[in-house]
Amino acid sequence: MRHLLQKSLHIKTCGLALAALLAMGNAEAYTLEEFSFEDPARFDEFHDLIGELRCLVCQNESLAASQAEVAQDLREEIYRLMQEGRSRDEVVDFLVSRYGDFVLYDPPLKASTLLLWFGPFLFVAAGGFVLFRTLQRRQAEPETELNEAERARLQQLLAGQGAPRESSDS
Amino acid sequence: MNKSVARALIPLGIFLVLAALLFYGLQLDPRKVPSPLVGKPAPEFQLESLKEPGQMLDRSVLLGKVSLVNVWASWCPSCRQEHGELMRIARQSGVQIIGYNWKDSREAGLLMLRQYGDPYSLSLFDPDNRAGIDWGIYGAPETFVVDAEGIIRHKHIGPVTPEVWERDLRPLVERYQSGS
Repeated sequence: MRHLLQKSLHIKTCGLALAALLAMGNAEAYTLEEFSFEDPARFDEFHDLIGELRCLVCQNESLAASQAEVAQDLREEIYRLMQEGRSRDEVVDFLVSRYGDFVLYDPPLKASTLLLWFGPFLFVAAGGFVLFRTLQRRQAEPETELNEAERARLQQLLAGQGAPRESSDS
Repeated sequence: MNKSVARALIPLGIFLVLAALLFYGLQLDPRKVPSPLVGKPAPEFQLESLKEPGQMLDRSVLLGKVSLVNVWASWCPSCRQEHGELMRIARQSGVQIIGYNWKDSREAGLLMLRQYGDPYSLSLFDPDNRAGIDWGIYGAPETFVVDAEGIIRHKHIGPVTPEVWERDLRPLVERYQSGS
């Protein structure tokens, strides 16, 4: 039954991963033990790589963090490819050609992702334009002159006499 | 309209556009990741037959006619849910459905076919996801439409319902059947 739940309900799998993470503090070290490299640099490369690739089942987790079975399959596959001597780029291409750009946490710059990359700058530019226009208009607005009645009232207020309704307010 | 009233309505307009976009976003399912394999030849594979232990099947089983390749497993409730629809499709449309038993055990897989019926003209058996990575499989059920030349034309993620069959799969199957 546990087997079934783990495999079938992705949300549950993520929940289990979270529980495991809380229970043992560092779930990542637990799964990494089985991947040994003779060259420590290759191990670091492997470690970085699975941290940058996204698990398709628990979508907000990297392959390094995910306890989903598919993530384990992919970690093993990446390990196998790296043991074969494939470079980092080759491994990334291998996964992208099968699962799409979605596996990358860092999406590539291309026509379909232009808005994703430059959208925020568009918003900043639009906001800056509105701010600039507002400040410009405020500067251009002439100081309004007081008319006779307002001038008289101003004098009255400055003289401390106030208007009759002012006393009724307090 | 008064100019200042029009100006005051701008934030409301922006809000409505944003709300519409976010509402649209709610309808999208982030689990449905588009497959880069669509339009490309189905990957090579060497998998044992589920029903005939020892018999090896490869990519050539896809050639010659349009097929649905249905990824399933006995542990997957959605697969059970779509099973009746697959039985109906196999019976009524006559399209070749190839079962892809994924990360399952042979006994459990065969038991499910005995209990609920077998819509598959043949069944591939991939207990340890050997070929599944090449297919970009990341869950069950998934269903591929593969044309007679072995080119993947569509990938459906999640159970096949009557609506999915009528709307997405059947038109494609018929198009590629008439084209070949």
